[in-house]
Amino acid sequence: MATAFRDSVLEREPKLGGGGPIDITPPRRWGGDGDGSPQYRDRRRRYRLGVIVGMAAIVMFFVSLTSAYIVRQGIGNWDPRTGQYVTDWVPMKVPGILWVNTLILLFSSVTMEMARRRTVERAVTAQQFGIDSEQKTFPWLGVTTILGIGFIAGQALAWKDLTAQGVYISTNPSSSFFYVLTVSHGLHLLGGVLALLYASVTTLLARPLETKAIVVDVTALYWHFMDALWIYIFALLLIAK
Amino acid sequence: MGLVLLVVIWLITLLSTYYFAIDKWAMLPLASAHGPAMDSWFHTTYIVVGIVFLAAQIGLGWVVWRSRDQGDQTKVTYSHGNTKLEVLWTVLTAIIFVGLNLAGARIWAESRFQGAAPGAVKVEVTGLQFAWYFRYPGPDGQFARTKPELADASVGNAVGIDDTDPAAKDDFVVGTLILPVDREAELTLRSQDVIHSLFIPAMRFKQDAVPGLMIKMHFTPTKVGDYEIACAELCGLGHYKMHGMLKVVSQADYEKWVAQKVAEKQASQ
Amino acid sequence: MDAPSQAAAGVHAGHAHAAPTGFIRKYVFSLDHKIIGLQYYFLALLSVFVGMGLSLLMRIHLIWPEANIPWLGHIQPETYLTLLTMHGTLMVFFVLTLAPQGGFGNYFLPIQIGAADMAFPVLNMLSFWTTFVAFCVMVAAFFVEGGAPLHGWTGYAPLSALQSAGPGEGLGADLWIISIALFCAASLMGALNFITTTLDLRAKGMTLMRMPLTCWTWFVTAMLGLLAFGVLLAAGILLLLDRNVGTSFFVPGGLVLSGNLVKHNGGSPLLWQHLFWFFGHPEVYIAILPGMGVASQLLSTFSRKPIFGYRAMVYAILAIGVLGFLVWGHHMFISGMSPYSGFAFSIMTMAIGVPSAIKTFNWLGTMWGGKIRFTTPMLFAIGFVSLFVSGGLSGPFLAQPQLDIQLHDTYFVVAHFHLIMGVAAIFGIFAATYYWFPKMFGRMMNESLGKAHFFFSFIGTYAIFMPMHYLGMAGHPRRYSSLSEVGFLHDLMPLQHFISIVAFITIAAQFIFLFNLFWSMFKGKKAEMNPWQATTLEWTVPSPPPHDNFGGMVPVVNHGPYEYSVPGAPTDHVMQTDPAGAVSAH
Repeated sequence: MATAFRDSVLEREPKLGGGGPIDITPPRRWGGDGDGSPQYRDRRRRYRLGVIVGMAAIVMFFVSLTSAYIVRQGIGNWDPRTGQYVTDWVPMKVPGILWVNTLILLFSSVTMEMARRRTVERAVTAQQFGIDSEQKTFPWLGVTTILGIGFIAGQALAWKDLTAQGVYISTNPSSSFFYVLTVSHGLHLLGGVLALLYASVTTLLARPLETKAIVVDVTALYWHFMDALWIYIFALLLIAK
Repeated sequence: MGLVLLVVIWLITLLSTYYFAIDKWAMLPLASAHGPAMDSWFHTTYIVVGIVFLAAQIGLGWVVWRSRDQGDQTKVTYSHGNTKLEVLWTVLTAIIFVGLNLAGARIWAESRFQGAAPGAVKVEVTGLQFAWYFRYPGPDGQFARTKPELADASVGNAVGIDDTDPAAKDDFVVGTLILPVDREAELTLRSQDVIHSLFIPAMRFKQDAVPGLMIKMHFTPTKVGDYEIACAELCGLGHYKMHGMLKVVSQADYEKWVAQKVAEKQASQ
Repeated sequence: MDAPSQAAAGVHAGHAHAAPTGFIRKYVFSLDHKIIGLQYYFLALLSVFVGMGLSLLMRIHLIWPEANIPWLGHIQPETYLTLLTMHGTLMVFFVLTLAPQGGFGNYFLPIQIGAADMAFPVLNMLSFWTTFVAFCVMVAAFFVEGGAPLHGWTGYAPLSALQSAGPGEGLGADLWIISIALFCAASLMGALNFITTTLDLRAKGMTLMRMPLTCWTWFVTAMLGLLAFGVLLAAGILLLLDRNVGTSFFVPGGLVLSGNLVKHNGGSPLLWQHLFWFFGHPEVYIAILPGMGVASQLLSTFSRKPIFGYRAMVYAILAIGVLGFLVWGHHMFISGMSPYSGFAFSIMTMAIGVPSAIKTFNWLGTMWGGKIRFTTPMLFAIGFVSLFVSGGLSGPFLAQPQLDIQLHDTYFVVAHFHLIMGVAAIFGIFAATYYWFPKMFGRMMNESLGKAHFFFSFIGTYAIFMPMHYLGMAGHPRRYSSLSEVGFLHDLMPLQHFISIVAFITIAAQFIFLFNLFWSMFKGKKAEMNPWQATTLEWTVPSPPPHDNFGGMVPVVNHGPYEYSVPGAPTDHVMQTDPAGAVSAH
């Protein structure tokens, strides 16, 4: 009976329907091989995947702003006085401090990466040898956090400078987009800073090393993304005037 | 239950199709040059979609009844599908849908890809909360400058014509659109505040009036008569009463009317 | 550990939370996807009755404009527009984006793929409560000075961008935007969870091509949401800025509003439309896709036959998802957008009809040759197919811009999207409710009441929305609070009367459902574990499932999801986990 059943299934649709628990090692990635009990690799993959998916959403947000930026530069309004389409776009001069802030952020990505590698190394070592080296390590995470806060402070200085010159969000379309883009990025980066603070606290507390490694790993992913996003926005503001 | 479903589905289908077929609440009789082609294309789409609608719903009712569990030992046909059939109906559907669209594209192209012919009657249409105003350029064929700060319906300058512009001498504004029959009209649509939409069902004409844009559209009325204009883009609490009229008159009556209006305008200066 | 021990042991080393105790942690701030799913469902249920109430008031006003409504008094033209705006907003966002995805998706995705919970339970809880706050903010708009906005759920600028453009366009409109922004954030969080869960938490043997079609639709819907809601969020923020700080993203210069010069300059109303519809079109596919998944699931189960063309169904879902991002301009043929773009969008729109047609053929193919059991969920699934066909076929009219000239912004459009979203998608929710109720509550819903609800709703909604096509073709514009001012509308009043009367009856019939739902929760016949004799994983666990779904065990999947009436099998349904008939691959 079982043979007939199996044969009939094989006959009809060998790839669908039947198949059974596969006795060859299934591909690790998406092959439905998860057994629901997360080991380090599985958990890290899960959280990395989550952050990457989240990044896609943030990208779409900034793609929309970019699209609005480009459209707004190009369109004109019909001016009945002159009988022509007139555009009111006046390119804005990007405050010089932004270059400094960019360098700070770039450097923070370096320190973030150092923090990530150190933490992951320690986790792997501990897993392999069952010990954890308790030696003091350079506070890469702390430095990154300070640099991140420094970036935001630098952006705040830029905004203060502009308002002192009388350039507000509503002054002209160019300034509107400047504020919208930099403030949006700043807010997302602030989220990153909060993640950094959380990661800093986690590394100091007594948590399994694997958890610490995942937290730092995933925070690093987000942080690098914020850096890349800033480079993009900065380039947009400088080049696409 | 299968039979009940079949009956209900078939009845609904046949009743709806009946009312579509007899065209009980018909479109307003058309009175523009591009209208017949559009209505004819409507008809074609009707037939194609109608056949699909009937086939699908009658088929659904039939399948549901035929495949009901009759409480006996009939075996179910175990099958995961039929690739040949899938490919066949995918290709057919694609051909019918996309083909229908491409075949009818000419009508869109004719009314939208090209501008009005020279010599068309020019009218500037301004929509505002909640009325339509129609400005005619007069014998000089030029629309005068307008300034938003001058717009004031209470002093009779709803559109804000700048009287310092010499072209303003023969511009006049009315609340009813008057056009000569069998002559192409070029409408330039503007809006003073929010988006409105000029909809003249009998002319098979609709176009949004967007603030910040000057949108030129054209059509040719082919029958003398009075035709209603309705606003077709939500514009505020008075959207439902943003009503206007198009009067199509003979060429002679049109010229008389224009001359009279120009004379009135010049007398009032 | 070797594989068998691992499977047998089934201890979830990383599964953070044990079963919670205490009312608050169990039912309020729960991390359990099943509770969160129910929370979403009941929020959607509340929203649908509020939304339905608003439409009831609209239908009353259209045929009895002088009616004096208790507590509201006379419905003014602006009130009508407010009702219309909030009806659309609540229904599209808080019903159609919530119940099928947040409700059933949350509850059943993890179980159907063999997981103990969603990937990120805390994020899941956060996304629900953010949605709840968004709902409260939306409803608050009714009660602030000026009331709720009147600019339609589509919120076209400049009407929505200028505070003095109409009553309700003050604080009410700001709250509307803020609510939607919160909703966007919540949806993005939810989408993140769904995608990660589907990709990463499937049990052993649950390959992507063995997932039930419901899981596929929840997955693709989440992808759509992930990529679309960010755009709406951006647009909403820009609109909020235009309204409150004097920017001009969407407001052009030279405007005169009620005799006053408007200070904005240089913006583009079309920019709003592009951003909104870039979100808006995927949004309507978000509303319908899960319903399609449920229809597939139920048609197969109750015909005792595998789904016809599983692979084609998956490709169709993917195609609808991708194409859904390429057609937004078909809402803008008449907007002043370039007619060449219009032509391009029109071709893409006709193309998206193809995967939808494939799905319809496959549904028919699934039932053909089957042994159909006419349970209430099956009736709603069959109804879904009929309504989807009807609603979908008005598409080819609207997709052709030369015909859209006449039909745009008329009742024809209202008929189209109501049949598809306001009925077919809702039927998907009903079908899912009747189908999964036994699993969620351990009891059966009453069949007789269910059948009565079906027939009233099926016939009633057709009677409401089919005639709207005729209204549209006759030239009746939409969003009109009264037919009194336009001559050619007077002849259409009898049809409006008919629609309203049928609407009253159909709305009343929904209380049959409401009664059945709540009564059955407490008094319904006790349900066995697999009352429908279905094959997917949720039917292998108790009703309701334990906190971690599979009681500490890890399911191993050996079959596809639709193995009904397999020749030679002992029963007419083979559970996905059934070890019999399992063979090594290829």
